[in-house]
Amino acid sequence: MAETTRTSATTIDSAACAPEWTEILRQMIFIRRFEEATEREFRRGKIGGYLHVYSGQEAVATGILSAIQKGDIVFSGYRDHAHALTLGADPCRVMAELFGKATGVSKGKGGSMHLFDAEHGFYGGYGIVGGHLTLATGAAYALRYQQTERIVVCYFGDGAMNIGSFHEAMNIAGLWGKQGMCPVLFVIENNGYAMGTSIERHSALTDLSARVRAYSIQAEKVDAQDVFAVRGVADRVIRQIRETGKPYCIEAVTYRFSGHGAADILQPYRTKDEVEEHRHRDPIMILRNRLREICGLSDDDVKKMEDDAGERAAQAVKFAEESPVPDPRELFTDVVAEHGPQPETES
Amino acid sequence: MAEKTYRDAIREAMMEEMDRDTNVLIMGEDIGVYEGTFRITAGMLKKYGPRRVIDTPIAEAGMAGTAVGMAMLGLRPIVEMMTMNFAIVAADQILNHAAKVRYFSGGQVDVPMVIRGPQGAGVQLSAQHSQTFETFYGHFPGLAVVTPATPADAKGMLKTAIRGKDPVIFLESAALYGMKGEVPDDLDFTVPFGQSRVAREGSDVTIVSYGRMLQVSLIAAEKLSNDEGIEAEVIDLRSIRPLDLQPSYASVAKTHRAVVVQEQWKPFGAAAEIAASITEEMFDDLDAPVARVTGEDVPMPYARNLELLATPHEPQIIAAVKKVMYHD
Ligand SMILES: Cc1ncc(C[n+]2csc(CCOP(=O)(O)OP(=O)(O)O)c2C)c(N)n1
Ligand SMILES: [Mg+2]
Repeated sequence: MAETTRTSATTIDSAACAPEWTEILRQMIFIRRFEEATEREFRRGKIGGYLHVYSGQEAVATGILSAIQKGDIVFSGYRDHAHALTLGADPCRVMAELFGKATGVSKGKGGSMHLFDAEHGFYGGYGIVGGHLTLATGAAYALRYQQTERIVVCYFGDGAMNIGSFHEAMNIAGLWGKQGMCPVLFVIENNGYAMGTSIERHSALTDLSARVRAYSIQAEKVDAQDVFAVRGVADRVIRQIRETGKPYCIEAVTYRFSGHGAADILQPYRTKDEVEEHRHRDPIMILRNRLREICGLSDDDVKKMEDDAGERAAQAVKFAEESPVPDPRELFTDVVAEHGPQPETES
Repeated sequence: MAEKTYRDAIREAMMEEMDRDTNVLIMGEDIGVYEGTFRITAGMLKKYGPRRVIDTPIAEAGMAGTAVGMAMLGLRPIVEMMTMNFAIVAADQILNHAAKVRYFSGGQVDVPMVIRGPQGAGVQLSAQHSQTFETFYGHFPGLAVVTPATPADAKGMLKTAIRGKDPVIFLESAALYGMKGEVPDDLDFTVPFGQSRVAREGSDVTIVSYGRMLQVSLIAAEKLSNDEGIEAEVIDLRSIRPLDLQPSYASVAKTHRAVVVQEQWKPFGAAAEIAASITEEMFDDLDAPVARVTGEDVPMPYARNLELLATPHEPQIIAAVKKVMYHD
């Protein structure tokens, strides 16, 4: 991986000590605690359905979403808790969504895979692998058509690159980009696996950014366990996207520490040693160590962040638990805007 | 009022709405420079330019999916499918995305988009190019599915579709593109969804249909009147979802007999849904089981004689009417 990584974090200067980085660390720690709480609540039977957690990939959400502006729009797959939270969605309402409660961000109708918070720019949360890439492409066109400076960020996994809609979205984005009509940042969250199928087993060409470049979209790879590196690339390319209206792709090379989903316990496709090895490159640890060394972040500071994150996650669980389930009448709302389901006919 | 073709009515609806609202745009394969496979979009690129009349690559999923994203951000895209047969490739984008994002987001977005294009049997287009899709889409909550049978309805319903807030599957009958009919001139002439109409009054039997089969049913009704003295009441459903069966029920209360006509395969089809509903609601009024007239349960053959055998025509409708009237 190292030799193909174009951006490294060796160029950190005093800017690294800006309070912003402490905030990013705080957010990354919070995401981790939040996800650990979701796994616990899943085991307690409080969270149903599928649950895909983000542990290990925190630098991808935070490194990029800390670089965007208010008004920008974000699409993601089903591994979406971190994106919603980083954009500012209320953790209590995100947890409530996972609990299937009326107070959830999607009123309890979406669940883990369909978080949605338009107010904070989060446009979902999609459960069909690769299905949302076209939506993001169209949204980007709309933002330019409306003559705004806003951009779209679209996250997807390495596995999503094998489905037809990926190719259709890339080709159309490449074409529309030539007219400056497609300001979208595609982010490949390359965690090495699509469920249990490794990249070597799912992609004929394993250089994923090269596959994007085939569609006339600039793409670069970044070591995404290093949030400095991610943010560095993000700042530069987001500026470029905003200016040119052309799509860009970041291949964020990362790793997921938990199973694919909460049901993936045995993980026969990888060894414990492999996971352990990657835990030595925990993105939270990497940022924490750097802030310690360069900026004098103390153990006490870190402990406080950890405690605070744990407490906020616990609060979210409490809120979710105490929230009411959706009113049965909600079953029939939001199907369509103008005409609800067929009224019962009187005979 | 002026006499117009079904084709021109569709084009006019789109152009009037594009004049009225800059958020309306259209995309599709060969709709711009080539001016449309069926010339529905002729002249539109010249008038509105490439940002609003977008020639896409051959990418049905890409077209449908980008339209969903545009719609979520406030545009009103129209997607022209060269024929609806090709939209199967975009099924995931339409059924899993367009139809569901309002619901799973708890109502946070509107999805005002139209997917329109021709469907149905043509002349020797064979298995992959002759299908109808109202049954397929009609199954899915979150969509509106409409099947206009006249130029006036084509125009009025397309305007309703473009001005709405939900994804609409607008199913045009390729065989009706050249059909002429009176179309109101009023720029705000619209036809609401979910209001079926009596297309022909009669007292002896009720024929329920939509789209091209409505026209075939009307011809059959005239023949029945002339040759047999049977007066059929013909109901035009106009939209399949939402489905308005009240006029059909009212008609059955009068005639006590019903025949449902659809172009495609019988199993699990729209006619089955309609016949079941009539039976549930009007059981005590019926003097005979509700009959269905449908296409044969085979992929469409190429040979002209076989093709004609595969699709329903007036004789089958007439036979079904006689059957429910015990005239055979
Ligand atoms: C079209 C489709 N096929 C299969 C699935 C089941 N599925 C869910 S996630 C997944 C793996 C996706 O891997 P990747 O895109 O790399 O994302 P990651 O889970 O690694 O974040 C599969 C096969 C699905 N949701 N959608
Ligand atoms: Mg993956």
